[in-house]
Amino acid sequence: MSEPCNAEKPGKVAFDPTPPDWLKPNAKCAPGRWSYSAKPKALQTLGLANPRDWSPDQEDWKLPDNWKEIILQGLKERLDRYRSLRLFMDACVRCGACADKCHFFIGTGDPKNMPVLRAELLRSVYRGEMTLAGRLLGRLAGGRQLTPEVLKEWFYYFYQCTECRRCSVFCPFGIDQAEITMLGRELLNLLGLNINWVIDPAAKCLMTGNHLGITPHAFKDNLEFFADTIEEVTRVRVALPINKKGADVLFVAPSGDLLAEPGIFTLMGYLLVLHQSGLNYTWSTYASEGGNFGLFASHELMKRLNAKIYAEARRLGVKWVLGGECGHMWRVAHQYMETMNGPADFLQEPVSPITGTRFTNARSTRMVHIAEFTADLIHSGKLKLAPARNDRYRVTFHDSCNPARSMGLLEEPRYILRNVCQHFYDMPAETIREKTFCCGCGAGLGNEECMDLRMRGGIPRAQAVRSVREKHGVNLLSCMCAIDRAVLPTLMEKWVPEVGVAGLHELVGNALVLDGEKERTTNLRGEPLNGGEA
Amino acid sequence: MKAVVPFLAVLGLALAGWLGAGLSGAGAFFGLILPYGAALAFLAGLTWRVLSWARSPVPFNITTTCGQQYSLPWIRSSRLGNPHTRWGVAGRLMLEMLSFHSLMRNVRHEWVDDADGAAPRLIYRASLGLWIGALVFHYSLLMVLLRHARFFLDPVPAWLDGVEWLDSFLRIGTVPFYLSGLALLGGALFLCLRRLWTPWLRYLSLPADFFPLYLFLGIALTGCMMRYSSRVDIQAVKHFCMGLAGLHPSAPASIGPLFCAHITLACVLFAYLPFSKLVHMASLPLSPTRNMLGASRMEHHENPWNYPVSIHSYEEYENEYRGKMKAAGIPVEKEAP
Repeated sequence: MSEPCNAEKPGKVAFDPTPPDWLKPNAKCAPGRWSYSAKPKALQTLGLANPRDWSPDQEDWKLPDNWKEIILQGLKERLDRYRSLRLFMDACVRCGACADKCHFFIGTGDPKNMPVLRAELLRSVYRGEMTLAGRLLGRLAGGRQLTPEVLKEWFYYFYQCTECRRCSVFCPFGIDQAEITMLGRELLNLLGLNINWVIDPAAKCLMTGNHLGITPHAFKDNLEFFADTIEEVTRVRVALPINKKGADVLFVAPSGDLLAEPGIFTLMGYLLVLHQSGLNYTWSTYASEGGNFGLFASHELMKRLNAKIYAEARRLGVKWVLGGECGHMWRVAHQYMETMNGPADFLQEPVSPITGTRFTNARSTRMVHIAEFTADLIHSGKLKLAPARNDRYRVTFHDSCNPARSMGLLEEPRYILRNVCQHFYDMPAETIREKTFCCGCGAGLGNEECMDLRMRGGIPRAQAVRSVREKHGVNLLSCMCAIDRAVLPTLMEKWVPEVGVAGLHELVGNALVLDGEKERTTNLRGEPLNGGEA
Repeated sequence: MKAVVPFLAVLGLALAGWLGAGLSGAGAFFGLILPYGAALAFLAGLTWRVLSWARSPVPFNITTTCGQQYSLPWIRSSRLGNPHTRWGVAGRLMLEMLSFHSLMRNVRHEWVDDADGAAPRLIYRASLGLWIGALVFHYSLLMVLLRHARFFLDPVPAWLDGVEWLDSFLRIGTVPFYLSGLALLGGALFLCLRRLWTPWLRYLSLPADFFPLYLFLGIALTGCMMRYSSRVDIQAVKHFCMGLAGLHPSAPASIGPLFCAHITLACVLFAYLPFSKLVHMASLPLSPTRNMLGASRMEHHENPWNYPVSIHSYEEYENEYRGKMKAAGIPVEKEAP
């Protein structure tokens, strides 16, 4: 194994073929590579299976007696419900094209972090328990029986996958490890094998409307604090419409932007653009979360949490929904929401009231990404911008996995960046757009306890940032995802310490010239402007 | 071990065919049971397999988008990487099936030492070996299969002459030399060796990965031997094959052990195909990450088993927070529960 993550600089990570035979389960809980189990109370709130105190690093996982039956029955049901799963169980040729496309494999050298083998953990059981060849030939046909050790191995490795879908870009059959991880985690959830960093936010989201458990009055307090800050910087007081009936548009952002730096500056950016554009919009305290940690547990939980967005849009009588900068939120909004909780026939096909642009690409789901909205405003000449206000930054852009590979939102943010700052440099082609590397912390892995895994999984991204840092003096990594904003600062501090992190709309907020604003002397962070008009 | 057991299995099968040729009852076995049994297993098995995939619904649109989405009119979208029309989807699938487009993207990562003594660097190099190897293997296999149509068709159609002419533009003396046979051998050998050569491929490979490659090697090798060294009676082979195709089979009496080994391996391959990873040939057009629209906010996708779920309603939410919402000046639906 390579140098541990407390080393000063990343060493070369070597392939580590242990155990020599991968069919032997390897369910060790290596330090820093696993997440704490979900608390019984959160499971009870959500009505999920087998709430109890347990820990993955202990021998006894307190499984129900018929655990094997539950899993095999659950697997059979899912094979009948998801063509993806059935196909992905049968069609893989183990060509290995996906192997080193995974940030966790590159960062850990652990062979079971190759997407192909992570999938084989499930496939081997499918073959061994459900196919004729596997039952007759056993190991010779790559089949395994489902044992407690195999189950533990599933848990260990399905929670070392961020569902980033990079492997599926390179697979000649489009086999998507995210789909296998999602369904694998769904199976584990049937036994109450889940992690706290997924289940706790999901339970909070169900009850309070957002992952962080922000209550309605605290939500308003936070927005007011941001409006105060904006007023200090610009002298303009932005309106804060909350739960307002008769608004044209419901705006939904990831709640992470309400709480911590640098996300709060992104949120100030939203407020500035929405204010200056004159859009008649509203926030909602009930649908106060765009993100969806249900996605990381089961399709059913995803649907339950997501249902609030359309329900609230219907209650408030808006025409369409606008969504903030969040990665996995847009996986759900773009690929699941309308199927799960639609049809959205009570909404209208989105049209920007400011520019008249019809967002035909959202004509069925009726939810527009704020990068699409802002790019359209800029292209239509509706925003006055002073990009020099961002001159202290030399900016690069991290494509978040989901907007890149489950949406294709690639040009809009780049168009915006080129308009709001004067020094923008893309990272190497192999590390951006549909080939973008994950932050290493998605799908519920952004917790403190699996820090070693996070820092290793982030190595490919950090190395790409390092290359533009050295070549172009880049000092700011911009992104379009709340999880990125929460975790990339730690990653940068670890591997490329001179580089900060900011959301796209923070930079928009800095550059945007408001009607009636004072001459700005600082950016939204309160840092003095370098050069430019101020 | 993983590479040796399947080798022995294929060797055993070939020997069984070779030796079996001389046994009594060989005619019925090689002329009737084996080919028809294999054909039946192939057709029934493949049909069953494809139906088993098709029977499971596609509940969600889970396209993997490999390019710019279709959105604002002034942004150029990627028509094949992220198609927003059915034609685009068809194009994406064709590109994938005909050119193995995703493999063309392949790179491998590499750590290199930094000249200035800084930390090592992670770089990516193009890695087109698999793509080229796969193209050579699959296209030569297609060529070889097409050439074999000669044995089953009478009269031989003109396009087949064209295929053979194309394939044999290199000649050794007076004997036409078919490039596709050599390419098939080379391709299969390459695909074998890369599994043994690359550490992580060696690690992940199963006997089921080597077995079909050895079968192809065995089939190609016995085929080439029949053509170039111990020539078989082509007329007899044709007669035998026409009999099979016309459902009035005859025993391959005068054809010999090499031929029997060849068809034994070929029949095992066909019978094995639907029950193994070789079904990948049929899976791509059904793959939901490749065969669906990229612009999934544009069109409704129906989930046939979409069932109602329990949610925490706005009413319940307001009941819990009404007092605090009112105190904070947030509008409420009801003044009291």
